[in-house]
This record gives sequence, C-alpha cells and structure tokens, in this order.
Amino acid sequence: MHELSLTQSIVELAIEYARREQAAAIRSITVEIGALSGVLADAVEFAFDVCSKGTMAEGASLEIVHISGRGRCLECHEESELETLTYTCPLCGSLALETVQGQEMKFTEMEVD
Amino acid sequence: MCIDCGCSTDPGHDHRHAHAHDHEHEEKTSRTIRIEEDLLAKNNRLAANNRARFAAAQLLVLNLVSSPGSGKTSILERTLTDLKDKLDFAVLEGDQQTSNDADRIAATGMPVKQINTGTGCHLDAHMVGHGVENFKLQGIDILMIENVGNLVCPASFDLGEDHKVVVLSVTEGEDKPLKYPQMFQAADLLLINKIDLLPYLRFDLEQCKSFARQVNPLVEIIELSCHSGEGMTAWYDWLTQGVDRKRR
Repeated sequence: MHELSLTQSIVELAIEYARREQAAAIRSITVEIGALSGVLADAVEFAFDVCSKGTMAEGASLEIVHISGRGRCLECHEESELETLTYTCPLCGSLALETVQGQEMKFTEMEVD
Repeated sequence: MCIDCGCSTDPGHDHRHAHAHDHEHEEKTSRTIRIEEDLLAKNNRLAANNRARFAAAQLLVLNLVSSPGSGKTSILERTLTDLKDKLDFAVLEGDQQTSNDADRIAATGMPVKQINTGTGCHLDAHMVGHGVENFKLQGIDILMIENVGNLVCPASFDLGEDHKVVVLSVTEGEDKPLKYPQMFQAADLLLINKIDLLPYLRFDLEQCKSFARQVNPLVEIIELSCHSGEGMTAWYDWLTQGVDRKRR
C-alpha cells in the first residue's frame, strides 16, 4: 500500500499549488500513472478520499490517466506494448528492451476556482 | 526544526484566515493549472539530501530489501559479527512494529536504530534522514538500512543509498523476480540466501538467476547461506570493494 503515501503526496502538492495560485477551491486533480510504475490506480482512488478529508482538496474529483507500457528493443529496433516490466523483447527475444513509456507517476494538472 | 523537510511544522494544517476586507469577491471562474511534477519529487529531494550527507562522510550505504523471512536480519547479524574487526557498521532497522530486529543487531555491539513505520509498508527518505541523526556518520564505513519486508513498495522509494540489495531465499520459489520485477530491476545485487537448504527443495537455482537477468541483465548475483557460511566470503569481498571505492 505505498499508494497511500503517494496519494498523500498528491494531496500535499494540490494544496501547495492551490495556495501558490491563491485559489479558493480545488475542483479536480489529474495524475498520470503508468502500467509499469508498480502503482495500482484503484488503490490511489481509494486512498484519495481518506487523504483529502478535512483538507482543501476534499470533494475534488480525481482523474487518473492510464499510460500504457512501451519498450524499444536495442537489437531489432522494434517497439512493442508491455504489460509487465521486462528486458526481454517479445518480438526477437533479446535481453535488450528499453522501457520508453509506462513508468510515470506524475501530477499533471488541476482545475481550481 | 528540520531544515531539510521542515517537518516540525504540521504539513497538513489548513491556513484559513479571516479576510481583512469586506468587499464582495468577483465571481470566480475555474482555471486549469499545469503542473507536471513527479509524485515522488519530495521523497527524491530528501533522498538527494541524504546522499550528499553520506557522500561527505564517505559512507557506503546499502538498502536491503526482500520479502519477510528471507533472512535479511540473519545475514546482517553474521556479517557484522564476522567483519567487526575490519569495518565499522551502523544499522537502521525498518519494521512495522517491535524492536526485535534492532535487539538482535544490538547484540553484535554495532550501533542500531529501529524505525517503526506503524502501518507504513516501506521506509522513505524522510525517515532515514532522521534515523541517521543517532549516528556519528564520520566514524562509520557501512550504513545498512534494512527495509520493511515487502517486495513491492520499497522499490519505489529512494533513500539516498548507493545500492539496493535484494535478498531472495530459496524457500520462496525461483519465479519471484518475474512476479516482482520493479524490485529486482531496482537492485544492483541479488543475494540468494539459504542455499544450504537446496538439497531438500525443488528450487531451480539456474532458472532463478535467468529470471532475475530477464528483468535486470546487469544484476550481480551471490549465492550464500548465512547459516552454513557458504558464499559469505563473496559477499564480504563485495562489501570491502564497495568501501574501498568510497574512500578513493
């Protein structure tokens, strides 16, 4: 459940930026979570209500954008979809796959009043 | 007051205050703020602070990670006992509860600090930054951080260590690297422990190493048993070389 501390960071960041922008309320928060990040989006969603309770972020909607995993093989130079973290190219079998997308866990934007 | 993290101030307090003016606010419209900040940014900043402090003290710092019961504490006990005339250690022990592990380490005579994470499933850079306040870093060669037994969560949290060392015992099954790839990818060294039990198990050692290399082709692997002592010399050599590199 490291999602709990990550969600805590989401709430802290949201409040920090809202204050900096002198916002009166936070309407929505958007985060990106990659398929290979080791973070379970459902758990973040679940933790958000608890973490935001009693703060300025309470009641804001949380949008989680799922980023699919992609790798590029340094041997066959092909790109492939990845569901799990691996160095094995699913196309040619070489141990030469570079992860190019899917490890994101990022706060991207928020809507404030 | 902590300069690094400002943690004596309550991070969650709500700074609502009375308005000093009585005019009507204009009707507000919502607006979008672009942020693009990593969720681990705060932890990474504190980890960088830790790393700078450790580098100034020329300290080798290892973050030991594994599932519960793989033998992390037993490996530490034996290592500290065998090397205590050659190297000075300090140990941070992370567990949800109890000081059992710290008590075992204290029996070796080395300085140790227990961090109880409560419901937390991992150590973070903030806890480690405060944990090491108990040690005189200048007099230490190796800081061992024994993370909470968990093959998932500790993988994401940089503590400021030089290397993550993942321990996998042969009673756990050889496919753990494939099941928990984040952890095995984050580690620089894999210790395969309890190899004295291999004759009694159906554990395919070569298959296990091959699985580990599928998620991390560069991982170094040492097979050992902290019970029989087999393979411990290779681990001690790895530690000594790490300390030598720090002092250069």
